[in-house]
Amino acid sequence: MAVLNEEQAMLKDMAVEWVRDRMPISVVRGLYDHGGGGKPGDGVGFDRDTYAEMAAMGWTGIVVPETFGGADFGYLSLGLIVEELGRTLAPSPLLSSAFVAASALRLGGSAAQQERLLPGIAAGSLIGTLAVDEGAHHAPARITLAAARSGAGWRLDGMKRPVQDGMGADLFIVAARTAGAPGDTHGITLFLVPADSAGLDRRRLDQIDARCPALLTFEAVALDEDAVLGMVDEGYPLLEAILDRARIGVAAELLGLATQAFDTTLDYLKTRVQFGQIIGSFQALQHRASEMFGELQLTRSAVEAALDALDAGDANVAQLASLAKAIAGETAHLISNQMVQLHGGIGMTHEHDAGLYLKRARVAEQCYGGASFHRERWGRLNGY
Amino acid sequence: MDDQDFRLEARSWLRENFPPALTNVSGLIFQGNAHAAAASADFQLWRQRMTDKGWGVPTWAPRYGGAGLSEAQAKIIGEELAAIGGFNPIRSYGTMMLGPTLLEYGNEEQKLEHLPWIASHERRWCQGFSEPGAGSDLASLQTKCVDMGDHWLVNGQKIWTSGADQADWCFALVRTDTSRKQGGISFLLIDMKSPGIEARPIVLISGSTHFCEVFFNDVKVPKGNLVGEVNGGWSIAKRLLQFERSSLSEVKTDITPLAPLAHRYVGSDAEGRIADPDLRARMVHNAMRHAAYMATVRRFTQEAKNGGPNNGVSTLKNLWSTIIQRRSELVIEILGAHGLGWAGEDYSPDEREASRALLHSKAFSIYGGSYEVQNNITAKRSLGLPDR
Ligand SMILES: Cc1cc2nc3c(=O)[nH]c(=O)nc-3n(C[C@H](O)[C@H](O)[C@H](O)COP(=O)(O)OP(=O)(O)OC[C@H]3O[C@@H](n4cnc5c(N)ncnc54)[C@H](O)[C@@H]3O)c2cc1C
Repeated sequence: MAVLNEEQAMLKDMAVEWVRDRMPISVVRGLYDHGGGGKPGDGVGFDRDTYAEMAAMGWTGIVVPETFGGADFGYLSLGLIVEELGRTLAPSPLLSSAFVAASALRLGGSAAQQERLLPGIAAGSLIGTLAVDEGAHHAPARITLAAARSGAGWRLDGMKRPVQDGMGADLFIVAARTAGAPGDTHGITLFLVPADSAGLDRRRLDQIDARCPALLTFEAVALDEDAVLGMVDEGYPLLEAILDRARIGVAAELLGLATQAFDTTLDYLKTRVQFGQIIGSFQALQHRASEMFGELQLTRSAVEAALDALDAGDANVAQLASLAKAIAGETAHLISNQMVQLHGGIGMTHEHDAGLYLKRARVAEQCYGGASFHRERWGRLNGY
Repeated sequence: MDDQDFRLEARSWLRENFPPALTNVSGLIFQGNAHAAAASADFQLWRQRMTDKGWGVPTWAPRYGGAGLSEAQAKIIGEELAAIGGFNPIRSYGTMMLGPTLLEYGNEEQKLEHLPWIASHERRWCQGFSEPGAGSDLASLQTKCVDMGDHWLVNGQKIWTSGADQADWCFALVRTDTSRKQGGISFLLIDMKSPGIEARPIVLISGSTHFCEVFFNDVKVPKGNLVGEVNGGWSIAKRLLQFERSSLSEVKTDITPLAPLAHRYVGSDAEGRIADPDLRARMVHNAMRHAAYMATVRRFTQEAKNGGPNNGVSTLKNLWSTIIQRRSELVIEILGAHGLGWAGEDYSPDEREASRALLHSKAFSIYGGSYEVQNNITAKRSLGLPDR
């Protein structure tokens, strides 16, 4: 654990308690039907009333400046909460909106845009999310969704999938192509798109983690000039900066997920008896547990270093984001697999939590770039 | 003086006194070419200056040869040294293991008798713990120590004793009671010049004679050389092993990136990447793990300073040994056939060093408690897993 100041320590204690009371693992389980998939219907993957409770505690404004109704407590503080939520796989748009969308507006918003949107994000009444991916793989430079000038504004055509928390979001931050070809970093522009825009349609994706992200289709969606976030055609550096915050946020969630998956598994190793002894006394399993513990240490260090770098405004955020995301993904992958394995048959049942951790781990691992994407990126950034 | 002022003072003193010729030369004794480096005039000068300043063991009291500084100030010296590619020329088994142990368990006479000589690096120590029959199961050691009234009489054999042929003294574990295992061990300081001691160097796979087997034949040791209580040596040994483990994972934590080497030996593709994509991917993976490891060392240090739990030493040691061993293999893979040289001018000194380093790196997961033993410790202490 990072060394926390008094405010952060209080915030963390509060998060631990609140998550235990209000967001236990049974909440995400409630999104599943009995067959282990997402419940059919029109659920959006999270509960707005619970989100309002988080907002009432100030969590939605942690990285929002005070002038816009936030607390400006910093990313390490918000990361602590995201980690706690990750422990119980709490379905909540906190990461998408209060971490990622808030960062997008902080980094790229004009004064007018910030004034218009940040107070709502800080208050939890407005939920924003980033819409960047389109294909099977995270590839922000390969964006094709087209934005063309039309009269005094813009017209958007194309699709986005998967968009995290997209079924319940009010605002999309959409990465579009205004020039160049897929693969060019030049020619990318970000737009602020209200969810109720004419021509914008959203559909639930029935994903393994029951969080049902959205598939968005844009058909001649008309936007004003002031929908542009940042610079026209040169939005890629801004997109990368936003994505780095998103990656660090997901890494914090994965840290919480992996930590809880490990703790639950360790408890089982200390109670399950076979061959007349506690299975945690078998050296093969002790060593596996010790190795997982080591991986968790690396992960926590990488995640906390990345959060710290955001708060300190360090120049190496991109490297630390890729380091944190890659390692957190690998560790969650390893431990979620071992959680099933070390529970034996019971770990294979929908009744047991192991499957819930496995499913969410696979989703979060890929979110905003998987381990191989981030190893490649880190390698490039470091001259490999 | 506040820490910031101290930092400025340390910076200017180090810049003035560290011989530039020694930049980036390893300060580790008993390893590879360090003997040759240690013989140079610059090295001697550097050692003398640091001895006079007491900065080899900055936190020790001045009467023990230190500078009486705080932990924070000691850390600043380390950071400022690292910043100029310097190293601590006093660092030795004495400063890393025996010194801290004597400070906790030794009596004042023993401290005054030994610490100043460790602080000036004039008395070099070796660690006489392991025996042919007592490795991981160290407490099964048999070297006998009998109370002869006015002296102790020691008989037995130690093995894998690093630097025993160069050492002036040995801190050893000996058996003073055969009826109890851990409870029959004592901690003894032995002058290596005593009659009856013979140290025979053993050649390692890396070609160095890093360690010895040491024979004790009716060796007389003064009564005052026993540290702590008779039969109370096991807890002292455990404490010393903690110092050893933490110093091991601190050693050379910072490493040079391998990317430039790979571009040179393997080549670059059209996009400027290392030409062999599979090797490149594995190098990146290893380098990222090292970056996360460094962040972990920093985090543990911060937490320990703030009174957090300090049960991570075994975990750190295993992460370090696996990451560094993997890295040594990658170096050989990068150098290809040029990394397989043993001797001769057809291989550059760096190339020859690489193959030796690979071979030497295999020891990292054996000494100081093997990889498996560290995992046992983590399972028990950090994770609370039961024996049965
Ligand atoms: C380069 C080098 C320098 C050294 N320097 C010194 C020194 O200066 N002074 C000194 O006293 N010693 C020194 N040693 C000795 C070192 O501490 C021992 O080698 C080490 O403790 C292991 O003991 P062993 O060699 O007898 O192996 P063993 O204990 O016989 O181990 C053999 C294998 O069995 C495994 N094993 C043993 N017990 C268990 C268990 N309970 N569970 C699972 N696996 C187990 C080990 O991990 C290892 O893989 C040095 C060793 C090396 C390689």
